[in-house]
Amino acid sequence: MSDATRAEVCAVAVAEVFRGDGERLASAFGAVPAIGARLAKLTFEPDLLMTDGVAYLRADVPPVTGDATSDPIVEGWLPFRRVFDLLWNGRRHVVMTATQIDRYGNHNFACIGPHKQPKAQLLGMRGAPGNTIHHPTSYWVPNHSTRVFVDQVDVVSGVGYDRARELEDGARFHEIRRVVSNLGVFDFATPDNRMRLASLHPGVSVDEVVEQTGFELVVPDDVPETRPPTDEELRLIREVLDPGDSRSNEVPH
Amino acid sequence: MDKRTTEHEAVAELRDGLTLGIGGWGSRRKPMSIVREILRTDLKDLTVVTYGGPDAGLLCKTGRVARIIYGFVSLDSIPLEPHFRAVRQAGAVEAVELDEGMLQWGLYAAALRLPFLPTRAGLGSDVLEINQKWIKPITSPYDDADQLVAMPALELDAAFVHLNRADARGNAQYLGPDPYFDDLFCQAAKRRFVTCEKIVETSDLAKAGTPHTLLLNRSMVDGVIEAPGGAHFTECPPDYGRDEAFQREYAKTAKDPEAWKAFEETYLTAESEAEYQKRVQARNEDRKAGR
Repeated sequence: MSDATRAEVCAVAVAEVFRGDGERLASAFGAVPAIGARLAKLTFEPDLLMTDGVAYLRADVPPVTGDATSDPIVEGWLPFRRVFDLLWNGRRHVVMTATQIDRYGNHNFACIGPHKQPKAQLLGMRGAPGNTIHHPTSYWVPNHSTRVFVDQVDVVSGVGYDRARELEDGARFHEIRRVVSNLGVFDFATPDNRMRLASLHPGVSVDEVVEQTGFELVVPDDVPETRPPTDEELRLIREVLDPGDSRSNEVPH
Repeated sequence: MDKRTTEHEAVAELRDGLTLGIGGWGSRRKPMSIVREILRTDLKDLTVVTYGGPDAGLLCKTGRVARIIYGFVSLDSIPLEPHFRAVRQAGAVEAVELDEGMLQWGLYAAALRLPFLPTRAGLGSDVLEINQKWIKPITSPYDDADQLVAMPALELDAAFVHLNRADARGNAQYLGPDPYFDDLFCQAAKRRFVTCEKIVETSDLAKAGTPHTLLLNRSMVDGVIEAPGGAHFTECPPDYGRDEAFQREYAKTAKDPEAWKAFEETYLTAESEAEYQKRVQARNEDRKAGR
């Protein structure tokens, strides 16, 4: 559909990272990832599990803002300690935001500057070390720039492919599925797992992506365009999942 | 055995340099009346172990903490705890930053009186780099010879948790959706204190919730403190939600020394928890009246 906004293209690109996941807990941080994960569940991945953001697994799929349902369908109990059990068990795919990410997918949202006395304390390690070593991880970057796609991250919270390789078998559950930004989709499907431009969002050029990336990206000769939303996906995004248009706050028109 | 006591008596047991565990999670079900009591003392050089919220912010901001062991410090509806950020950015505390699951594992190891528990969490990340003097890798002794992390036990001198109900003997009950890690905090500690919204008869515990909600049994608790509103301004469902307006006011004081001074004078210098609760109530009545 030609009238899809960039945010809507991004939401579909996030939904696509969950394709094939089946009965796995889909955790998504950020407005666009939350829309994307729910869109996947409402369309091609109906078996995904999701939490209510507190402690329950919820079988119905509420909108990302202004959930008016007084009667959610609870299908399970997942307090934090069982979240850790589940994720160390591997049946989860998380989409985390990245403050910094490098060519091998090393990720930082802990702090900017030296860890001992940071210039900016951010989220801290949170679950990133455990997530990335135990189950598939994808990343969401709403503001693709050389400040985010950096040559070297200040602190490694999420483990990248070069570090995973050094661990050999110790990292056998490590997988960075994809990075979705407001400009395109990226993966690590290269011989040495360096980040590759997998698709460009409509209206974005290779040059623009290269210019906004602080390391040398692998750019194939032919870069496809990111799949546009179908009519049904657009309807679900606009009328069901995000009638409040929180997606446009994250990725402006 | 009647274990009823007060915040004052519990905190009077503490000494400079001890390691304290604080239950709850972020800005959820935090034993804030205990934190407020600590702020009435001159305790310092504490090590604090926490899934941090305003407990971490207040104790660090007021110079009580030498070392903090945490996975994150957040106010939930305000993702970054602004007072904690300022302290970190000033380099004013030693920060032992862990993966959230590693923190659980450290408490669990201490609870089971083990020196460590193995995990993959931390492998390949800078958690090991920034804590290398303390957290060591280990190789599985079995045929797989896996590389793992030996998460050391987080032994606590004292633990403080806030639950919804307890009896005078220390059986305690959470009525919200998540137990967090409050039982592990207690089992990892030498001295264990539970504050609660209401002390009830033992026979009334099972009336308030199913037996599954009885998180702490009396062997895990040394002191019980009735503290209605004791988690304020963090949430304590179903008794009350988070006081978001108050939390916003607290957060705003991080960037405004004058506002912090006013906040401190109004709320933190209250000579008792009862006086604090009275001031909060007066504040809320003023707001409701639009004053």
